[in-house]
Amino acid sequence: MIRLDNIHRTFQVGTQEVRALVDVTEEIAAGEHVAIMGPSGSGKSTLLNLIGCLDKPTLGSYSLNGREIATLSESELTAIRRHEIGFVFQFFHLVPRLTAVGNIELPMVFAGIPRRERRQRASQALDAVGLSDRAEHRPDQLSGGERQRVALARSTVMNPTILLADEPTGNLDSKSGGVVLDLLGQMNAAGLTLIVVTHDPIVAQRADRVLLLQDGRIRKRVKSSAIAEILQFLADGGDT
Amino acid sequence: MTPMSLLKYSLASLSGNRLRTGLSLVGVMIGVAAVLVLTALGEGARRYVTDQFSSLGTNLLVVLPGKTETSGLVGFGGIPNDLTLLDAQAVARGTRAAERVAPLSMGTEEIEYRARRRQVAIIGTTAEYQPARQLVVEKGEFLPAGDWTRGSPVVVLGQKAAAELFGAESPVGKVIRVGEWRIRVIGVLARQGVKMGLDFDDIAIIPVATGMQMFNRSSLFRILVQTYAHADLEEAKKTVRSILTERHEEEDITVITQDAVLATFSSILRVLTLALAAIAAVSLSVAGIGIMNVMLVSVSERTREIGLLKALGVARGQILAVFLAEAGLISTIGGLLGLSLGWALVQILLQVFPALPARSPTWAVVAAFVTSVAVGLVFGILPARRATKLDPIEALSRR
Repeated sequence: MIRLDNIHRTFQVGTQEVRALVDVTEEIAAGEHVAIMGPSGSGKSTLLNLIGCLDKPTLGSYSLNGREIATLSESELTAIRRHEIGFVFQFFHLVPRLTAVGNIELPMVFAGIPRRERRQRASQALDAVGLSDRAEHRPDQLSGGERQRVALARSTVMNPTILLADEPTGNLDSKSGGVVLDLLGQMNAAGLTLIVVTHDPIVAQRADRVLLLQDGRIRKRVKSSAIAEILQFLADGGDT
Repeated sequence: MTPMSLLKYSLASLSGNRLRTGLSLVGVMIGVAAVLVLTALGEGARRYVTDQFSSLGTNLLVVLPGKTETSGLVGFGGIPNDLTLLDAQAVARGTRAAERVAPLSMGTEEIEYRARRRQVAIIGTTAEYQPARQLVVEKGEFLPAGDWTRGSPVVVLGQKAAAELFGAESPVGKVIRVGEWRIRVIGVLARQGVKMGLDFDDIAIIPVATGMQMFNRSSLFRILVQTYAHADLEEAKKTVRSILTERHEEEDITVITQDAVLATFSSILRVLTLALAAIAAVSLSVAGIGIMNVMLVSVSERTREIGLLKALGVARGQILAVFLAEAGLISTIGGLLGLSLGWALVQILLQVFPALPARSPTWAVVAAFVTSVAVGLVFGILPARRATKLDPIEALSRR
């Protein structure tokens, strides 16, 4: 359960103050599937990083599964990122010198999980994304869709409760993007809280609900079935 | 994370960039090998000198006529008294700490057997000379013990002198001509080599009395005094000086302990070795800067990887450990390779200059390796800290 109360996030860029998030209050229940949309610079990614504990709010309170993030130490945040949260990125961020299995094992290596168990869990995760036959391929030997599926396997191999995806299909063609979205949907159906940042209304449509951001504020909360409303919001550049 | 998996991860990323890793390895390698080779040279020089001295015999005092310091009144006391055989006998009788005393007269003469002639150094001495100078007799025997003042016509030849004169013939028992004298060969020395500038293979040793007559000299060249133990040297030195001062009614002799000379040389050369090691260590620190450079490049190249690790919940300490381990691996492997390279170079040195006992001292080997590992870790700190300080959000937003 994610609970954001009056969150502000301000960056200092040179002498100028950039207000990336302004007074954001939101609750996301466990197992929900939420899409975040909005024009570039509206604060989508900042919100996602904040939820992922890569960033901290300037003001306001964020509690994750009942724990107030502001009060946690660096090592406790590290533990939360390790055990509670999975990340999927637009550009996959696979380590180029490691094989598919090696990349999936990465979080387990640093978590100190024994080799044998690592292997077993990595091959299960690889199987779950349908890439068992690609285990020993390096990223440059995989297609874009396959890379993102490996990244997906890596993000879920530590059994997190929340999966954060930043434009997961932004770099894929519609077919392999569809495969990735299906996989994300399956994982959400299995109980994982899924938060997706996207530009693409088709991606957003798969969510339970959509948060529409503009200038760092949540302007609208709509059902994903309200596609017309979403399109209108985007067409107006968010100015409604 | 176990140390094993840490090393594996770091090793994998190092082998991902072989040329860069290899070049910085070579830097460390050259540094370590330089320490080994240069200290081996210095230590070799020191041991060479030390061996030269100790092959002359240990616990030795050398008495020579004349005072080495400049005398004040030229014409008075400027000319020293002769150092005579009687002086030597008095020293032998009066010095309790002396195990043996050997008088010495020296000159050069032509030795001749049938048609062959050869100019050699002639040493006039006594039976005591053999143990004092640690000479080994190969055939026949050394000068007989007995009355020093009786000059019998016998000679012991050096290895080379005997070979040149007699060829395959056995020299022992043959009579040769030494200058104007007809003298019987009673022994031949084993190979001794050059000691302190004197080729002991190209000499002829005759009784001291014979020598003094032959060279028509009243003074001895030297008196060697060998004490029982090293600790006796100072006492013996005093006794010898007082005996001879009393006999000559003035102090006109010089007594040198060989150890004093040896110790001076040894410490000079030890300092030289240290200086060489320090010079070589400079190249190691240059190698360290090379490692730092490579690691900085690696950190900026792997920005995305570091950002990813942070997002995956890898602790700062672990990221620090990854990059320190990489720097440490470069320097450790480079150090090990440097040790083998240095060892090989020293072996080649030994082949080319067999006379020089070149061997890196243990302290230099240990110090070179420890320094190389330390250099990697120390110069790895800055890049590793830079990695831990990267902002993950910015790192991940790059393509």
